Amino acid sequence: MKRKPGVLLIGLGVLAFVATMIGAFRLAVTFDQRLAFHPPISERGEAEEWTPRQEALEQQRQEEEEAARTKPYEEEEYRAFPKVGSRVAIWVVAQLHLLFAAFVLAVPMFAVVIEWIGIRTGDKRYDALAYEFTKLLSVSFSLTATFGAGLTFMLIALYPKFTNYLMHVFSPTFLPYVLLFFAEAGFLYTYYYGWGKFSPKVHLFLGIMLNVVGTGIMVIANAWLTFMMTPNGVSESGALISTWDAVSNYTWMPINIHRLIANVAYGGSVAAAYAAYQFLQAKNDAERAHYDWMGYIGNFVAICGLLPLPFAGYWLASEIYAFSQTMGLTMMGGAFSWLFIIQAVLIGNLFLFANWYLWLGMGRIQGAERFRAFIWPLLTIITICFAIWATPRSIIATTEEVQAMGGSSHPVLGYLGVMSAKNTAVNILILTTYVSFLLYRRSGKIPTVKWAKTGNLAQAIIFALSAATVIGYGIAGYRVDAATRIGFSRPQVGAVLLAMLLVTVIDVLMLRGAKTTDTRWGKIRPLSQYLLIMLAVTFTWLMGLMGYLRSGLRLHWHVFGVVRDTSPDAFTPTLGFATQVVSVTVLIFFGLIGFVFWLAGLSGKESHAGEEAAAHAAHPSPVGFDPSPAGATPMSSAGGSAPAASAATSSRIETS
Amino acid sequence: MEQFNWWVIVPVFAALIALRWRRTSMLTWFAAWWIGMFLVVRYGFTVPVPMSVVKLYMGLVTAALVAYVLTDAGRIREVTEPLAAFMTERRYLPYLAAVALFIPAAVAFGIYRDMTRVPQPPSFARTIHPATPAEPIDVHGTSYDLGTADNPYRELEETDPAAFKARVENGRKIYYENCFYCHGDVMAGDGMFAHALNPIPTNFQDPGTIAMLREAFLFWRIAKGGPGLPAEGGPWASAMPAWENFLSEDEMWNVILFLYEFTGHRPRAVELH
Repeated sequence: MKRKPGVLLIGLGVLAFVATMIGAFRLAVTFDQRLAFHPPISERGEAEEWTPRQEALEQQRQEEEEAARTKPYEEEEYRAFPKVGSRVAIWVVAQLHLLFAAFVLAVPMFAVVIEWIGIRTGDKRYDALAYEFTKLLSVSFSLTATFGAGLTFMLIALYPKFTNYLMHVFSPTFLPYVLLFFAEAGFLYTYYYGWGKFSPKVHLFLGIMLNVVGTGIMVIANAWLTFMMTPNGVSESGALISTWDAVSNYTWMPINIHRLIANVAYGGSVAAAYAAYQFLQAKNDAERAHYDWMGYIGNFVAICGLLPLPFAGYWLASEIYAFSQTMGLTMMGGAFSWLFIIQAVLIGNLFLFANWYLWLGMGRIQGAERFRAFIWPLLTIITICFAIWATPRSIIATTEEVQAMGGSSHPVLGYLGVMSAKNTAVNILILTTYVSFLLYRRSGKIPTVKWAKTGNLAQAIIFALSAATVIGYGIAGYRVDAATRIGFSRPQVGAVLLAMLLVTVIDVLMLRGAKTTDTRWGKIRPLSQYLLIMLAVTFTWLMGLMGYLRSGLRLHWHVFGVVRDTSPDAFTPTLGFATQVVSVTVLIFFGLIGFVFWLAGLSGKESHAGEEAAAHAAHPSPVGFDPSPAGATPMSSAGGSAPAASAATSSRIETS
Repeated sequence: MEQFNWWVIVPVFAALIALRWRRTSMLTWFAAWWIGMFLVVRYGFTVPVPMSVVKLYMGLVTAALVAYVLTDAGRIREVTEPLAAFMTERRYLPYLAAVALFIPAAVAFGIYRDMTRVPQPPSFARTIHPATPAEPIDVHGTSYDLGTADNPYRELEETDPAAFKARVENGRKIYYENCFYCHGDVMAGDGMFAHALNPIPTNFQDPGTIAMLREAFLFWRIAKGGPGLPAEGGPWASAMPAWENFLSEDEMWNVILFLYEFTGHRPRAVELH
């Protein structure tokens, strides 16, 4: 056998290298020991004698020990959170708690309504859909409680004096809060685990009670935070006069209503994002059909919540002005006014995405082509309204630009920066979105009633009159005083709501017995699903920013005008910093909600043993449209099994 | 109408209508709308629109055009196919090379322009209406809570119109003796000294100024002027004097009556709970 000389040489080389390294290391250690300081050789007792420095150190230690022993007790006002500071730490945890809490409160609202529709119509698919929404709740509930506990501990640890003051005012509300929380846990888990185990009515009752106690919890917590903004029921020095007056402060009820509606919009959008996430990784047409439908319902819920939200916001803003002109001006004309431009851009995006999703959705309906011509004019109106809404009153401009404009507002665009223009734009946006929805709804239906043409004409006239009313009041708003102008928002909103109501009634009557075409659920471009995810992200970001605005309006007060913030954080951060904190919080939230989605998806997957068995199965069975594609759908609360609801992939599901 | 450059707006829309009439390709249509809207926003106004707003509007236009194209598979094809052909077919090679050279050249030109531009102070968003102080203010020894204070002579409008008119006339006299040098003959913020000031005086004719505010706010601003502006919010740099040093309380309330009377605006009322 011929020997390879190279191998031997390489082996020797490696050995030589290792030996050299060991030798070098030994030499380095030896030199190090020789060069190190060694005390002179002396008697043991002499070596232990202390130097003057050591004596001084020992004396200092003893003094510190003595000072610690005799230190009087002092209540601390603040403690610092490492690195990011107390404010940012509380901000992030409170925001995360709120985002999960809002989701946990919102989902049962529409889950119960969907379950009720399922019971009323006998259609098991609604039951399965309600269950799928509910699946997202249990982990979210745990995370809500975890962040809630974190927030409480951090408040006690970082803001002890202020927390103590809140306890002084609100201690009678704590026990009901805890009891309601227990009740919520009980109803939630019974509602979830009891799916199909109770009679439909009992199960529905559990769901309704879950909503009642959940809303109760929110209403109590709202009292605490609104008291911080618009305190009531306390003396000038902060002494409690009446807990009920402290609860029913200026902004308590507006926040209750605003949050209730906003939760529905936000919860619907996050649930739709879950459906989109599942759609994008669906393995077959049946799954795609199911999650397409689920995403559509989630988005529908979100838009239903979004439409009345600006009006609840007006009420809240008006109460803030009523409580304190200073706070109102800080919000709309002062340090925070630019947040409203960001808000306008985000809400404009929500409307654009929502409409875009509906237009893409027309692709799944046969016969929708006849409405395609409407997209361009609708998009034009939305873009113009969006631009008006996002136009700032005082513009960021260079010195040259300011000089050219003759001030911070543009001589023409300045007219778009005031409330009359904004109110008009948002009302027309709402009306346009409703038209998009109506066109979507009519896509698969051809009316057969004799008066169809008259009905269409009546609908067009109603829309035109409504738009004319909104625009007319918008223009008139420039010629009246502020109070009258704010009052104009009522007829504007009324005209829009009335138009939506009348047109819906006409539509329902007109489409009775209409010829319908197939809705091919699942036959929609993936882009639509990304739009759903973008809607959820935009909603979440918006909540974070507006939450910061509401809280930040207190400026350097813990409780406005009563308890002053004397911590190092008693300043308003820059808009850029605030948006960074909110953005990071939103990212963390989506990381965690992704975990919730993944867990919810797991619960529907086959067990490992089941997967192996399936892998060995010789003849896999064909799959049809099963609204519970993951196979873990519970027994229907109506008593039947959900898979019985299977239908063809192109099944028709009346969702409107 | 003189606030618009019609020589820009009319040709742009005429060109867009002509393109529609000629049923041009989607890619051309897309590009034409984007360029057309840019021209209208950037050059369609007599007073140029600041770049921050131009960028905002063009972002919206881009989003809308992209949404329109992406809503339909046929439109997507109409846009992407010519682009793919341009980048892959041999017959377009010289044009592709020209584009490949044009892009770095344009970037280089942009950098050259930025480097040779006269330095400008940074842009900022100035807060026009600062929040009133939460604590009462003191004017000539009288304490005013701005949350509740109101013009003591406003009620004369209803109860004693003759006395109200006399107050307004007094306000007119005070305005033209003191204020019009900066705020202008017709309160448009264009008085003879206005162009020497930065920020320039407020234009009271603008519906976004005094029409949005309560009279107590105006009283605070007139009495305390630029030196009394609160720390938060800024930057201020207002040259408005503190008129409490020159006028009595009555005179300041009277001039406020005149500001609203002359402009036709109504003051903001107190919001009710």
